[in-house]
Amino acid sequence: MAANELAFFEQFPRLGPALALPSAGGDPAWLATQREHGLTRFGALGLPTRRLESWRYTPLKPLEDTRYRPVTAEDGMAPVDLVPSLLPNDYLPRLVFVNGRLRPELSRTERLPEGVHLESIGAALARDPDWVSRHLGALTADSDDKAFLHLNTAMMDCGFVFHVPRGVVVETPVEVVFVGGLTDGPVAYFPRNLVVIEEGAQAALIKYHVGQGVGPYLATAATEIQVADAAILRHTKVQAESIDATHLATVNVRVGRDATYDSFSLAIGGRLSRSEVSVRIEGEGGHVGLNGAYLMRGREHCDNTTRIDHCVPHTTAREVFKGVLDDEARAVFQGKIVVHKDAQKTDGFQLSKALLLSTGAEIDAKPELEIYADDVKCAHGATMGQLDAAALFYLRSRGIPEALARNMLVQSFLAEVLEEIKDPTIAAALLNKIVHWLPAQCFLADEWVTP
Amino acid sequence: MLEIHDLHVSVDGTEILKGINLVVNAGEVHAIMGPNGSGKSTLAHIIAGRDGYEVTGGRVVYKGEDLTALEPEDRAAKGVFLAFQYPVEIPGVANTTFLKEAINAQRRFNGKDELDAMAFMKMLRAKTKELGMSDDMLKRAVNVGFSGGEKKRNEVLQMAVLEPSLAVLDETDSGLDIDALKIVADGVNSLRRPDNAAIVITHYQRLLDHIVPDHVHVLAHGRIQRSGGKELALELEAKGYAQFAEEAA
Repeated sequence: MAANELAFFEQFPRLGPALALPSAGGDPAWLATQREHGLTRFGALGLPTRRLESWRYTPLKPLEDTRYRPVTAEDGMAPVDLVPSLLPNDYLPRLVFVNGRLRPELSRTERLPEGVHLESIGAALARDPDWVSRHLGALTADSDDKAFLHLNTAMMDCGFVFHVPRGVVVETPVEVVFVGGLTDGPVAYFPRNLVVIEEGAQAALIKYHVGQGVGPYLATAATEIQVADAAILRHTKVQAESIDATHLATVNVRVGRDATYDSFSLAIGGRLSRSEVSVRIEGEGGHVGLNGAYLMRGREHCDNTTRIDHCVPHTTAREVFKGVLDDEARAVFQGKIVVHKDAQKTDGFQLSKALLLSTGAEIDAKPELEIYADDVKCAHGATMGQLDAAALFYLRSRGIPEALARNMLVQSFLAEVLEEIKDPTIAAALLNKIVHWLPAQCFLADEWVTP
Repeated sequence: MLEIHDLHVSVDGTEILKGINLVVNAGEVHAIMGPNGSGKSTLAHIIAGRDGYEVTGGRVVYKGEDLTALEPEDRAAKGVFLAFQYPVEIPGVANTTFLKEAINAQRRFNGKDELDAMAFMKMLRAKTKELGMSDDMLKRAVNVGFSGGEKKRNEVLQMAVLEPSLAVLDETDSGLDIDALKIVADGVNSLRRPDNAAIVITHYQRLLDHIVPDHVHVLAHGRIQRSGGKELALELEAKGYAQFAEEAA
């Protein structure tokens, strides 16, 4: 590892620890090879700087100012009073990771349908190493320029596998909870996740990242998601990291014929976060929903960098991101849509809207279209603005105090993007998170208009 | 109820109102008529408390209190209501939620208990029925996708729910066809009581066929040029506002 590039890692070994349980005899040779390759590529690429076009708006300064150490077994045992859940009233199958370590006693997977696997990547490696070797790194070919993906490959030390076999419909969502914080000094961990929804299968996955207490930690995650022909995956991510946390995520998705990948990402906390999502629609009739909302305050920085590749004819994608920025918070939205040659009848839509609540807040939005086919429909737009003075006066003129009126207008602003969510239970749960983010809680989620 | 003394108001350094005097007593309906740009909407906004106006002289006294020192929400809680010329659309907020938040904010301000969901809905249903409106309008987001007439009816519904002492109706007739106009006017008339008052701002006389005023004032060039009874409105309808252009010149 290039030592000068990684001043922020203290006492780190060259490569991550074995993922496989000791009883399985440690990691297989192919995994060691992958790690070495990741390390070589990361060494060659180095830590991204703002001279790189795709990192122009996201400085890694908060990372450089902190020295992290690897997590220990003790970090994994940090107390969790109540396991956070997006749907706390539902008894969802779930995995709980605390500082990157699986907590089996907090997890529960017994209610999953036959053949469905929700387990740690180490457990999957022990149970079926061939399956893991077929899927690990299978979807990252177009991401060879992503330094943090390679870093994750070299260092991966935890993560989960969610595998739904052919034709199986998982009725309830499954939840994977990552709790960070409450460690003795800054720690770093590297989750590697594999999600495979086989042909005709259907599932909903919630990834819930929560920070406890204060103090920095660094999560560098990589997730590969395969949605095979005629399969459906509804993917919800909530990022509620603590105010000193850094969250760097790389997600690679492949969508098959007549398949749907429908995702929503809500970011409501984290000193520095970057979510780099790359989706390839490789089968005709494939559909992608890539939506999200972010609410940031203080000096938080939130970066959503996305790419959707329409590789074949007759595919559709909708992408709506809306953000609310207060204080000196900053956000980045970079959305690239690539329509490949011959990908005729592509229907793409992209919208980025930001609401700036203070003069110190900033958004950098960069939509990019690359279209190599001639019979396509691609609309995109990016706007930013402040609260509408006329609307604020309208509410106040009815007796609604200014602070409450502002909250109502923030929720009003976000209502449009919440309409993208198909499951009303999840939409209500996310609205609830948004309400809790606002300066004062004022509303019950169910009183709001839902589509 | 409302006393305006020698009110001067500027916007960006330009004087819009140049010494308005007006006294509105409980139980009265006053009409303020005038050509476009005469300062009618400015007067409405000053009473309701919109930003962007500078009071350079005079006073606005409501129930013995200087109104211009109050925040808009406090004025509302004390019984001032403005029916907007252009009601604002608020996507994602149900009309019901909006009304409930508004009435409960006012009740909190006035030291009353908030209405719970059931009591509120019961009251709201009674009001909509009284005004001949459909419940459908309650479920939709505030003014979103409403026709011009529906938006104005929604203003009247808010007025009915909030029961103001002083209602200012800013060009409530604009953009309405005659049927919608009549529905809105009926709504306003049904809310008339001896202990409340209204100021009806309009360009045209036709609204005053339906909401019959006790007093009519002609506002032009930032001043009230003439005051009279309801017959003044008819005279204006016949002669237009040209005479005031000459008087002012």
